[in-house]
Amino acid sequence: MSGTFTKSMARNIFYGGSVFFFLLFLALTFNTTKALPERDNRGAISPVVAKGKLIWEENDCIGCHTLLGEGAYFAPELGNVYTRYGNSKEAIIGFIKSRPVDGIPGRRSMPQFNFSDEELNALAEFLKYTSEINTAGWPPNVQG
Amino acid sequence: MKYQSQAVAKPYFVAAIILFVAQILFGLILGLQYVVGDFLFPEIPFNVARMVHTNALIVWLLFGFMGATYYLVPEEAETELYAPWLARLMFWIFLAAAGATVAGYLLVPYATLAEITMNNLFPTMGREFLEQPTITKIGIVIVALAFLFNVGMTVLKGRKTVVNLVLLLGLVGLAVFFLFSFYVPDNLVLDKFYWWWVVHLWVEGVWELILGAILAFVLIKVTGVDREVIEKWLYVIIALALVTGIIGTGHHFYWIGTPEYWQWWGSIFSALEPLPFFMMTVFAFNMINRRRRNHPNKVATLWAMGTAVMAFLGAGVWGFMHTLSPINYYTHGTQITAAHGHMAFYGAYVMIVLTIISYAMPTLRGRTAANSNTSQVLEMWSFWLMTVSMVFITLFLTGAGVLQAYLQRVSEAPESFMVVQEKIALFYWMREVAGVVFLIGLVLYILSFFIGNREPEAVLEPAG
Repeated sequence: MSGTFTKSMARNIFYGGSVFFFLLFLALTFNTTKALPERDNRGAISPVVAKGKLIWEENDCIGCHTLLGEGAYFAPELGNVYTRYGNSKEAIIGFIKSRPVDGIPGRRSMPQFNFSDEELNALAEFLKYTSEINTAGWPPNVQG
Repeated sequence: MKYQSQAVAKPYFVAAIILFVAQILFGLILGLQYVVGDFLFPEIPFNVARMVHTNALIVWLLFGFMGATYYLVPEEAETELYAPWLARLMFWIFLAAAGATVAGYLLVPYATLAEITMNNLFPTMGREFLEQPTITKIGIVIVALAFLFNVGMTVLKGRKTVVNLVLLLGLVGLAVFFLFSFYVPDNLVLDKFYWWWVVHLWVEGVWELILGAILAFVLIKVTGVDREVIEKWLYVIIALALVTGIIGTGHHFYWIGTPEYWQWWGSIFSALEPLPFFMMTVFAFNMINRRRRNHPNKVATLWAMGTAVMAFLGAGVWGFMHTLSPINYYTHGTQITAAHGHMAFYGAYVMIVLTIISYAMPTLRGRTAANSNTSQVLEMWSFWLMTVSMVFITLFLTGAGVLQAYLQRVSEAPESFMVVQEKIALFYWMREVAGVVFLIGLVLYILSFFIGNREPEAVLEPAG
């Protein structure tokens, strides 16, 4: 890179390009924000769902599981666990409740969190809400 | 070391290396838990070990960036640091916050930590990489502001070089985008959307400015090539990084409830994201070929070249592999992502911090320019052991990921997650072995600081 391409030209491309594409990003963000109500299942966000999300966060579930494909890859995807468990909140609750305190010898096991019935219900409601978000057809099948 | 106040960088580098060791030890625990599921259960569950692994990484890289800044900004600005005492104070505050947070992860259940730190008043915990209690996050902001003030005042009173301006711009961006970690709406889609404003706009945005500036600084020093030439390259590289990387954020918006047009925006722009990394490789090799002197600190030059190559492979090639939306449909959230994450973080950010440490540490410890030959040779061994084992970690995880995507998502009879995990266990075992080799490399790296200290410094060769 010599001759006619000068440092100030490079600098202008940097500042101009960055500002232009950041503004474009903001415009797309604005458009996304307007399109989201049709897709993000916000109508289902009740106080119980919000509580379920807080429980999800305060127990660091994302540290083992993925949710809509994001998180850790140690344990199954949970964005569609509600459908995988036959659209059953009870099945989800039953699974979480039945985890052995000392784990399973030699195998991965979810910890026993000793949640109350109310907390279990909130978590299950949160996962049901998540499963109804329009994710453009992802995951490819029910296994997540 | 040309300015006394550059010395404040030293404790930052030492803390970075100590946390690096913690990160790798917990990485080995995680790797073993992948195949021996009940290892350390229930004392250290996987999610806790993972928080320590990832948070230690982020914090030691931040220590490294801050150390790098304190070292190179005074030298570039040709003036002493504005307030060395503030840099020393912030070091202890940041170290205490990091130590307390890690202790919190390990000593009490995460839910208890959330309760103690009153997360319910202002919930920000429990999101990947941003698991720190809200109080820690506030601490990070305070440290960042004091740091930016100190560095900004130094740049203002001194010579304004491109390296300093780009570095400062990157650091301001780092602080600004971190503020999105305080936005945690109940709406999961919005939550995820803005979570990426921290995570993506850091590692595929402003951090690349920091990386570019540090690399440019070291190349100016070790090659003696005219600053004008290097600064022009730096501008072109970071221009490409932001032009592709900002809209490239869209490659995270395929499957999280955001509109489907992101599949186009994300695929096209993120497919171009390898370009700045490729430019960086060309840049580094070009400058070294055109060098006007042979610097006695050979190992620092090796780290700089290594950064350029491994960042391109890890961030560029391994990123491109799964960034197009039709491919990502099958690979999203599999071991392919883990493979990319490991090599990209190592190649780009771990290696640039080790580059500046390698360049700066001899002078911070009283040498004129370089360590003894014995010490440098040992450090080169650690370079090769860590780098080659990281290549193998990445290859094994890629193998695991390809099989996982096929068995769980592509085949005609998709199998469940846990069934697939058992079938690919061999790859996890091989990854763990490569991880042990990485640890050996890290041990040699640390030994290189203690060996050959009494021997004379490697000598400056005449211009070649």
